[in-house]
Amino acid sequence: MSAVAAKYPELQKMGVEVISVSVDSHFVHKMWNDHELSKMVEGGVPFRMASDQAGNVGRAYGVWDENQGIELRGRFIIDPDGVIQAMEVMTPPVGRRLAETIRQIQAFQHVRETKGAEATPAGWMPGDMTLKPGPDLVGNVWKVWNPSMEK
Amino acid sequence: MAEEPQGCARTTGTVMGEKPTAEQTSDTTQSQKEAIMTARVGQKAPDFQAPMYYQGKFGSVKLSDFLGQWILLCFYPGDFTFV
Repeated sequence: MSAVAAKYPELQKMGVEVISVSVDSHFVHKMWNDHELSKMVEGGVPFRMASDQAGNVGRAYGVWDENQGIELRGRFIIDPDGVIQAMEVMTPPVGRRLAETIRQIQAFQHVRETKGAEATPAGWMPGDMTLKPGPDLVGNVWKVWNPSMEK
Repeated sequence: MAEEPQGCARTTGTVMGEKPTAEQTSDTTQSQKEAIMTARVGQKAPDFQAPMYYQGKFGSVKLSDFLGQWILLCFYPGDFTFV
């Protein structure tokens, strides 16, 4: 979570609010922030750290591990209408790559700004060409995009 | 931020941006409603309210209070774990 905390200013500039959830109590969240995370990120954790001790929230999001009584590493991108646009769920030993999360949010924000008139091809980064889905594009994607363009 | 008594986190039985029906606000049907709600892409996110720690204070966070903004919701296995 310290990786997300470090990038929080960038996420805020993009208009993204962050909420973290685990089965620890909010009291333990405070201890973790004060004793460890604040030593990794200046000023400590800048976002809301929610507590889900009974796993109710985790169950609703499909990340509850009933054998271990913990929540799996789950990341959800929710748009301003409250619709889940992307999710990624991983077992605990492997950490997330936040740069990819940021890229996905940028892509979803771009699509939303165009009201769905544009779509982003594989590996799209801000500034790259987009696809304009429609009758003319059917069978013609090869003319405007190919896998070698993916960075 | 007002400090308030903190219970366990719970889903509200509704999805983001929807008003609960009378049935959903009744505690007796709460667990049923929670059981059938599952997060899926392209669908409204399950709403929830939970105790939180935020910038030196304890409080309560409700997901639907953030409607109108992009939200990055991150679950993780536990505080003081290594990754």
